[in-house]
Amino acid sequence: MAELGISIGSLSFKNPVITASGTFGNGSEFDDFFDVSRLGGIVLKGTTLEPREGNSYPRMAETASGMLNSVGLQNKGIDYFEKNIYPRVSSYNTNVIVNVNGSYVEDYVALAERINKLDRIPAIELNISCPNVKTGGMAFGTNPETAREVIRKVRAVYSRVLIVKLSPNVTDITQFARISEEEGADSVSLINTLLGMAIDAAAMKPSLSTVTGGLSGPAVKPVALRMVWQAANAVKIPVIGMGGIRTVNDAIEFFLAGATAVQIGTASLIEPGTSVDILEGIGEYLDSKGFGSISEIIGYINRKQERTI
Amino acid sequence: MTKRIEDFTVTGNRFINKDIFLLELQAEGKLADLKPGQFVQVRVDGSPETFLRRPLSIHDADFERNTIKLLVQLAGKGTETLSRLQTGRKLNLIYPLGNSFTIPEQDEKILLIGGGCGVAPLLFLGKHLKSLGHSPEILLGFRNRERMIEYDEYMSIGPVSLATEDGSVGEKGFVTQHSLLAGKRFNRIYCCGPDRMMKAVAQYAFANGISCEVSLENLMACGFGACLCCVVDTVDGNQCTCIDGPVFNINKLKWQNSESA
Repeated sequence: MAELGISIGSLSFKNPVITASGTFGNGSEFDDFFDVSRLGGIVLKGTTLEPREGNSYPRMAETASGMLNSVGLQNKGIDYFEKNIYPRVSSYNTNVIVNVNGSYVEDYVALAERINKLDRIPAIELNISCPNVKTGGMAFGTNPETAREVIRKVRAVYSRVLIVKLSPNVTDITQFARISEEEGADSVSLINTLLGMAIDAAAMKPSLSTVTGGLSGPAVKPVALRMVWQAANAVKIPVIGMGGIRTVNDAIEFFLAGATAVQIGTASLIEPGTSVDILEGIGEYLDSKGFGSISEIIGYINRKQERTI
Repeated sequence: MTKRIEDFTVTGNRFINKDIFLLELQAEGKLADLKPGQFVQVRVDGSPETFLRRPLSIHDADFERNTIKLLVQLAGKGTETLSRLQTGRKLNLIYPLGNSFTIPEQDEKILLIGGGCGVAPLLFLGKHLKSLGHSPEILLGFRNRERMIEYDEYMSIGPVSLATEDGSVGEKGFVTQHSLLAGKRFNRIYCCGPDRMMKAVAQYAFANGISCEVSLENLMACGFGACLCCVVDTVDGNQCTCIDGPVFNINKLKWQNSESA
């Protein structure tokens, strides 16, 4: 059986399959379906300092091969997290990563400081790419100066593994990957959702209460793959690829493009076991191709190009 | 209650009026423990437009034959595909999902109020209540005779009263205008139907101090609490229809003085 272990910064993952924030609750929602500890890691629902109610209903619309959401980071805040969620997720034998959000730079910093004290959380994913909040979120991740500032300030207070989640709603994704690397991030994860919208033609009004929302699902995969490929070729830090991954082949494409690990998102909402199915499939793919480890295929197409050009 | 992902076999599928059909499904093994008010998430294959599963409430369950029935209203591509499923075809379900109706402990005067396809969960509930020794009455509302669904099975539970908007069957008007509500005092109402109807019933229940539970149908993605899309505004903040519901006591919803039909 091929070796599936990978590293992100100083953190070892037993395999490269991680679940994406916002699509995996806080893990326990999936306990009935499979052993969550089999995964390389899980990224918990976006967390903020204070509780948030999120946006008004309706905040989801189905689209062709995908869905729009404008949930808007509903969560019960870090106090609740520490008291109620942290003790429970601590029992998982996998890397439990918290997705960190804020409206202001100070919020991100204060939250990162709090989570830095939690021994069973070895990494955070800095979400500067949520398209569904009025302040913060994507506003940070689509402006080079504010992106740099928030990453720098969080890096100064957070000593564990720092992953920056990038927004695809930018002209040049490599610019933000480089800024993350320059400011000391251990990794970048991408893509967050693509800003989109849908209109209910019968009712003649927007499908979402917020009018616009984030598009995810297989519909976004080619765009995600392109951006992961660009980012992986622009920085030396590992890239975590996500966006519309539903099958083993989808995941393999991301590794071949240069992703060190993948996150499974929307697919888990429809087939809760997608992540473990993909995990098994990756091993089978490597074995069938005669590869001894996942690292042999990471960025394979890029190396192949160098050889042939 | 452990959630399962299982293939069911279609053992029956027929239209009971112009736009409502009854789907009967058989589990491969023993049916999971189900409670009235719970729902299933059905995967609809075959089109990019049916990307998400479709949440459908459990209309009836037979634990000896290991079958469930789903009463489904045509609402788009997904339900259209389901309506055409032939006997013998497999259907993938995640179930059982959601909470359930609160079962009263002592003798109470119970009324089940259903409107349109919203009558769906009330058959399972009514049969369950009857098996526990309760004697619920039933009030069903439809737009007209053409939109009515067969109610023979409800009659085996208790007395059935009918209301149609055009008076083609039963009393003319909305369920809240039915003489049953003027004449009798009930202690407990279980209601499922269009939003406007449930809100009107809630106003009646508030005004008469009747305990009332409604079953909501919100747009849903996962159905098991992972995505937080299907929220309803409650006195405790946004709650998920899929795990905190679909059954809510009206005291929990912000429906007091809400617009009614």
